[in-house]
Amino acid sequence: MGLAFDEMRGHDGKAVRPAYGELDRWLKEVPADVLDYRRREAELIFRRIGITFAVYGEADATERLIPFDVIPRIMSGGEWRQLEKGLTQRVNALNMFIKDIYSGREVLRAGVVPEDMIFRNPAFRPEMNGQSVPHDIYVHIAGIDIIRVDADTFYVLEDNARTPSGVSYMLENREIMMRLFPELFSRHRIAPVENYPDELLASLKSVAPLSTPKEPNVVLLTPGVYNSAYYEHSFLADKLGVELVEGRDLFVKDEVVYMRTTQGPQRVDVIYRRVDDDFIDPLAFRPDSILGVPGLMSAYTAGNVTLANAVGTGIADDKAIYSFMPEIVKFYLGEEPLLKNVPTWRCREAEHLTYVLDHLPELVVKEVHGSGGYGMLIGPSASKIAIEQFRAKLKAAPDNFIAQPTLALSTSPTCVESGVAPRHVDLRPFVLTGRKGVRIVPGGLTRVALKEGSLVVNSSQGGGTKDTWVLDG
Amino acid sequence: MLSRTADNLFWLSRYVERAEYLARILDATQRLSALPLAYVGTGNEWESAVLTAGCAGPFFKQYETATEENVTDFLAFSPANPSSIRNCFEMARGNARAVRTALTGEMWDAINGTWLELKRFGNGPSSREETSRFLRWVQESSLRYDGSAYRTMLRSDAYWFSRLGVYMERADNTARILDVKYHLLLPEHERVGGPLDYFQWAAILRSVSALTAYHWVYRESLKPWLVADLLILKEEMPRSLASCYEAIVRNLDAIGSTYGRQGAAQRHARGIRTRLQNSKMDGIFQRGLHEFIGEFITENNRLGVNITEQFLQ
Repeated sequence: MGLAFDEMRGHDGKAVRPAYGELDRWLKEVPADVLDYRRREAELIFRRIGITFAVYGEADATERLIPFDVIPRIMSGGEWRQLEKGLTQRVNALNMFIKDIYSGREVLRAGVVPEDMIFRNPAFRPEMNGQSVPHDIYVHIAGIDIIRVDADTFYVLEDNARTPSGVSYMLENREIMMRLFPELFSRHRIAPVENYPDELLASLKSVAPLSTPKEPNVVLLTPGVYNSAYYEHSFLADKLGVELVEGRDLFVKDEVVYMRTTQGPQRVDVIYRRVDDDFIDPLAFRPDSILGVPGLMSAYTAGNVTLANAVGTGIADDKAIYSFMPEIVKFYLGEEPLLKNVPTWRCREAEHLTYVLDHLPELVVKEVHGSGGYGMLIGPSASKIAIEQFRAKLKAAPDNFIAQPTLALSTSPTCVESGVAPRHVDLRPFVLTGRKGVRIVPGGLTRVALKEGSLVVNSSQGGGTKDTWVLDG
Repeated sequence: MLSRTADNLFWLSRYVERAEYLARILDATQRLSALPLAYVGTGNEWESAVLTAGCAGPFFKQYETATEENVTDFLAFSPANPSSIRNCFEMARGNARAVRTALTGEMWDAINGTWLELKRFGNGPSSREETSRFLRWVQESSLRYDGSAYRTMLRSDAYWFSRLGVYMERADNTARILDVKYHLLLPEHERVGGPLDYFQWAAILRSVSALTAYHWVYRESLKPWLVADLLILKEEMPRSLASCYEAIVRNLDAIGSTYGRQGAAQRHARGIRTRLQNSKMDGIFQRGLHEFIGEFITENNRLGVNITEQFLQ
């Protein structure tokens, strides 16, 4: 793996790229201890506000802070517009693909995606067959993970078409940065992100069931305070001005969803749900779920309530299906994909498997249904024993895995103990789709791997976050 | 609003109010027990503190006798006591987290800040000085929460449910003190203790922060029947039963008129207030102070059930 592309200094490490010019000057002016002082101040504020997340499986760490890096990641307006076009194209194709999977299945008949990858997929929801959803939108909110390898090349790493999280960090990081570094802001023209909640609410209202009277009642459904993203759920509900409900706050009567209020039952039209398919309705899916609402699917299939995102979008998150995305984009839109896909070996195919087994030390191997950085092998940094153990797992169930080359994620200047040093980053922009089309607030969540050389940015694995600036013009 | 949200707000306020009350009881007991025996008689003040806190059951399961050390620990810090000050703050913060969207930033800051600071005290204060600092801190935290709620919340149902919690809890607390200490408050001819009880009366007043108020209202030295009058019937005294019920009825009426509907809770609350308004201390003493307080506690609990059934589930 060669030297990674640096967001500030490009490949050769000499000339500062134009978008970073002002930041570079500022970094040279500001004493190192000021950065450190502001970092600690930021941490205090985060703890005070209670922006925490939980790491599953860590008993005494029920509330932890995600480390925040005070040096922003900056994109020029031109770079952003390029990315925006690609994201719009990608999400449009995703919506068309999911609709097709649950209706005509032309994509299967044309042989673009193999049938058994859909029908034998646990994320495929037969309940959705022939089911129409308002305006044919399935993925209302996508959190598409983007990595960059050089000045012009962006790859999509994951589509996250189910219940992507992290947008609260995009918003809070910006607030904190404006509070801590007003002088740095006055030296840049940065596109705002604070209108995200308004855009989200407009998108959600626009997809209310067609029978809904004028003003739809929107709620946000959370699994509850013990969920790792609970802070985000309450934060968003607050910004949206909608009720934050748990399963027990809702009930279904005659295929209509109501919430229990101090004034009696009140009808619910749109549910922005942050509960996975498996748990939303114990009558339709996992019977042991206490997070869901019994009968919710009956109200949904009767067209009396909209779920955002729709049920069954997980099919597009499957990492083996992901590998077909370039063909899927071409099939539905007749266009070349603007964003690249990471080359992916599907271990279910014998030839691919042979290649993967021969090259384990240089590949990243992931479970097709995995997320959060759990259960993956990063060949170049794994021990021999770990590789051999993984080899056994892979041989036992090759269908469960895909492999990708280890990509050199771009780096961005980051505050570390020894001062300011490059660390690997990715980017998760949030793509909204409503009746009037796609909307993307300029920015997103930049995640940073704080350990030197590490390529894992997931917060559950010790990654941090940064504010993401898109410069105007 | 969601029933669960209203329920959480109601209990959040109750827990904070209860924490403050426990701190006051401990504070008053500490003062009383520091006096020479000749001034306070022979009763065990720490045992009486456990009774007033309403947790005699769980306490005596764990301890045989009540001492300063074990009572302070049990009421303030014990994880085994579901209503210890620490657990009250833990639960208050848990409720706050569950209804963050219904709280103002200031309220969240107050309760979350309290919860974070609580950790500073570790497993409990290690000396008398630290204990009093802790108790003062608890009272300040409660004032801060209460004040931020009062000053920053929209005057809507969320506010009214939150206030209801404060007054329901407060009425219950004042009634409990009276229930345990009633024998000290009987009229002169029925009493047994004599002037020795002076410091007991002062302690009762202190535990509801009414010692100064007493002098302003009556301009007299402490008389037990006036102490009872102040705590039960005086509407201008913020922790009296009458004052609590004035506020409970007012907040329930605000909810009722916004929702355009009155229910069992409103009717029941009005009934209790009317009884308080129509009572005189003489009559209460004649019928029996202890019986009066006992009935009040039962009725107050029944109102709690009414509120839950009508709004919170």
